Amino acid sequence: MDHLSRFRVGIAGAGGLGSNCAVSLARSGIGTLVISDFDVVEPGNLNRQYFFINQLGMFKTTALKETIARINPDTIVIAHTGKLHRANIPEIFAGCDVIVEAFDAEEMKEMLAETIQIKMPDIPVIIGSGLAGWGNNESLRCRKIDDTLYVCGDETTETTPDNPALAPRVSIVANMQADKVIEILMNKEL
Amino acid sequence: MRIILNNRDDEFSRESLSVSQLLELRKLSFRMRIIKINGHLIPREKYDSTIINDGDKVQVIYLMSGG
Repeated sequence: MDHLSRFRVGIAGAGGLGSNCAVSLARSGIGTLVISDFDVVEPGNLNRQYFFINQLGMFKTTALKETIARINPDTIVIAHTGKLHRANIPEIFAGCDVIVEAFDAEEMKEMLAETIQIKMPDIPVIIGSGLAGWGNNESLRCRKIDDTLYVCGDETTETTPDNPALAPRVSIVANMQADKVIEILMNKEL
Repeated sequence: MRIILNNRDDEFSRESLSVSQLLELRKLSFRMRIIKINGHLIPREKYDSTIINDGDKVQVIYLMSGG
């Protein structure tokens, strides 16, 4: 898929959604991934996030860059280790053809979506919303709102101590997001 | 007035209403969301001052924690 090597994809957050989505996009041959996260890998992440025991304590951006280099060294990873906020988002994701919203916290999801839709109105953003728990997978979907906004997930479930985010449904939604990125880019001329 | 709310026809007895009033009337109560009117995103601080008119296409997308 030589076509995909010409594009740059932004991934906001390298947790359950972001790490799995990034790995799928690297396997698919995306040219450049801009991955932003401020956190380090902790034991509690390993139930759903694409990290390894020997990466505990590393910044997630650094760990993911290392993992992707082992899978597909042709995908360039630009790692931004730090917090995203309204002021730095346009700069960090400048030049991206698509941006994946992959945060955990709902306030961050809203902040990112609002910022991109207002300050980068031509760039499609793919949100993950609703992936907690297990079962009921027919409710997971990717819905097009318009040409610049897509939502993947069931848009209903939220993570709670009784209904945690687990690998299967998180990975399904992360891969729905990755698949939507590919679909958008395959339809895009350079 | 009639609007299209999340791809469905919806009818209100008044001529216009603010985004905040729509959220209250239709009990769209999840805390975090994205609202678009005719394709334009309405930021949270403009929910009171943005008016929805007859024929508008309104999208309300809920954002659930988890990732």
